[in-house]
Amino acid sequence: MKFKSTLENYLFVLPAVVIFSIFYVIPFIWVFQLGMFDWDGILPTKVFVGLGNFKEIFLQDPNWWQAMRNASYITFIALTFQNALAFLLAWACDREIRLKNFYRVVFFIPPVLSEIVVGMAWRFIINDIDGANIINRTLMNLGLGQFVHNWLSDPKTALTTVALVHSWKGFGWGFLIFLAGLQTIPRELYESARVDGANAWQSFRKITVPLMVPVIVLVAILTILGTMQAFVLIIGLVGGELAGHTSVPVLRILASMRGSSRFGYACAQGITFGLVLVIISFIQYRFSKRTRQI
Amino acid sequence: MQKAQSKVFMYLILVFSSVFIFNLLGCSSGKPQSIAKATITVWHWMTDREPSFQELAKRYEAKTGIKINFELYAPSDAYTQKVRAAAQGFNLPDIFGILGEKRDFSSFIKAGHILDLTSYMEENNACWKNSFFEKALAVNEFSEGNSYGIKAGIYGVPIDVMTIQMLYNKNLLKNLGLNPKNPPLTFQEFIEIGKKIKAANMAGLVSGWGELWMIDCFANNYAFNIMGKDKVLATIRGEVPYTDPDWIKVLSLFKDMRDSGVLATGLVTMVNKTAEQLFANEKAVFAFNGSWCVNVYKGMNPNLDYGVMLPPQVSDRYPINIWGGAGSSFMVNGRAKNKEEAIKFLQWLTDRDQQAYLAEATNNLPANKNSISKIPVILAQFANGMDYATHPSIWGVSEFSAVIEAWGQGIQSIILGEKTPEQVASGVQKIKARELAKKRNRNP
Repeated sequence: MKFKSTLENYLFVLPAVVIFSIFYVIPFIWVFQLGMFDWDGILPTKVFVGLGNFKEIFLQDPNWWQAMRNASYITFIALTFQNALAFLLAWACDREIRLKNFYRVVFFIPPVLSEIVVGMAWRFIINDIDGANIINRTLMNLGLGQFVHNWLSDPKTALTTVALVHSWKGFGWGFLIFLAGLQTIPRELYESARVDGANAWQSFRKITVPLMVPVIVLVAILTILGTMQAFVLIIGLVGGELAGHTSVPVLRILASMRGSSRFGYACAQGITFGLVLVIISFIQYRFSKRTRQI
Repeated sequence: MQKAQSKVFMYLILVFSSVFIFNLLGCSSGKPQSIAKATITVWHWMTDREPSFQELAKRYEAKTGIKINFELYAPSDAYTQKVRAAAQGFNLPDIFGILGEKRDFSSFIKAGHILDLTSYMEENNACWKNSFFEKALAVNEFSEGNSYGIKAGIYGVPIDVMTIQMLYNKNLLKNLGLNPKNPPLTFQEFIEIGKKIKAANMAGLVSGWGELWMIDCFANNYAFNIMGKDKVLATIRGEVPYTDPDWIKVLSLFKDMRDSGVLATGLVTMVNKTAEQLFANEKAVFAFNGSWCVNVYKGMNPNLDYGVMLPPQVSDRYPINIWGGAGSSFMVNGRAKNKEEAIKFLQWLTDRDQQAYLAEATNNLPANKNSISKIPVILAQFANGMDYATHPSIWGVSEFSAVIEAWGQGIQSIILGEKTPEQVASGVQKIKARELAKKRNRNP
């Protein structure tokens, strides 16, 4: 009887396990296995190189690590500028202001746009050679001619420009989640604080921020995972890697697979990148658990 | 009652799971398909040629009753991925093209995806073979004892030919006070024009140098001019280092161009489509582009007045070489059921009348040398460059991808003013040494 009951339980989860295995576990194992071969993706024979591809990534591929640094920089801007902007706007829209529903819709437009469209549009806005050069023209009209610059073709500013456009595109997601989080905070807490003589800043610091910590951690995890994997926007904005200055891990993986026909190496890069993301997510998960306990 | 419902639900889950798994494993019974008349499927990436291909397909069907199904997959990146995925799954169509290096081409042959066409080319006193420009066919040919280990033969059919050269805008040259009938012949003259362009605050040379292969192509032209073919190939074989003074001289040309102002702003982030728009809209004096641009410019600005020239020479020691040969080629799937029909169709497609039609409709240079008489003047200027044409696919040796990437990125760094030619040469040579060592370790 007990056996039958156990079997029943297993049968109920079987479809989910099968789907998960077919679409996640088996491809992961397969990609990991391919990462141990020197293979161009076409030939029927593959040369086994063991962990040679991984060794090359860690010890002999400075381009890969530059791409990781670039992605980390874009992520840092997203974590700070993008999320601070999202939080402030969500906080503003949570209050009784006019046209708040209109703002909610407007702030959510950039995230639903295609990345390539956003990239091309901003390239048109920023670039002076094949675009309208609106930013530089505005600077000139404001008498700030000394700041006129080739934002996307100068390696000193290209990555920051990419990071800011990425933040513009991405802040809407954080805005929505923050807004949902803010709306769960009981209004009575603010009223009690006001009765006790707390001003707006004190209420924000002592009530809003502590109660929003789990939401902030969630948004941070989503921001890191989303930003580290960004690449379409870079193609739209810069057209490529700009001598490595705007390269990111996914572009490197694509370059290995398409440009160099090194399928095995690309798989090894994919596994390495995936592991880095898993480790970051795990650290944040632990951090989130600890903050919840507090 | 509840127990019975639970049992029914359990059985349902079992049935659905089994059906799902069997479907995924491909065990579902497929209905046999009866083919009344052969249908040839052709995969291609050539957006500009799609209407002409469809028209030719109609004509072929009317003539033979065989339906030709041209399927367009664009852009070329997406096409490349589709072909690779299909090759891995053995789902390639009857006819397809390969975008990539000769190394990739050889891998497709080794994997049995491409049919050896030599015997068909040699039929009837090599009538089919002789109809093509020699250099167009060479790209699809593997010679005896080639380094890829492929049996000598012809494995592809060229559809058109191309050369990559420099273009100049006649009106803008006039505006600079220059005679448009005398474009620069030497690199020094080119640099002097660059200074005038800079003084006039105009855009000089535009090209798709955000895509590394076009930089590599431009640099290669000058490598051949400065040190000759033998030394270039010796470098690829690893016998001459990239730190050799001749290679540093090649890299220094980019520094000279940057300093003179002949390079348009933002060149290193420019994709070729952008460069084509700029040149077509008369916003740039020079362009570095392939003969396919004739059709593109015609679409963008039919009144554009421009000329074609070889890249201005640096040295008289060796001739300047440009990249050229087969622009696009079709291969026959080695596992296709309709091989014979596919070959017959390609023979028809590359015959004089069809090639003349394609050249006229798409402004591409025909691969069939008997169709060349009807082409427009500007295309004829590109065709003249065929005498100077070469291509990495016919060199018999190929450079490591990592080296090509480092070379292209290094040139971008020189243009950006971040590195000197010596630093780039040294960096490239380090990667070359690493790749050679790796190759030696794998094939001791």
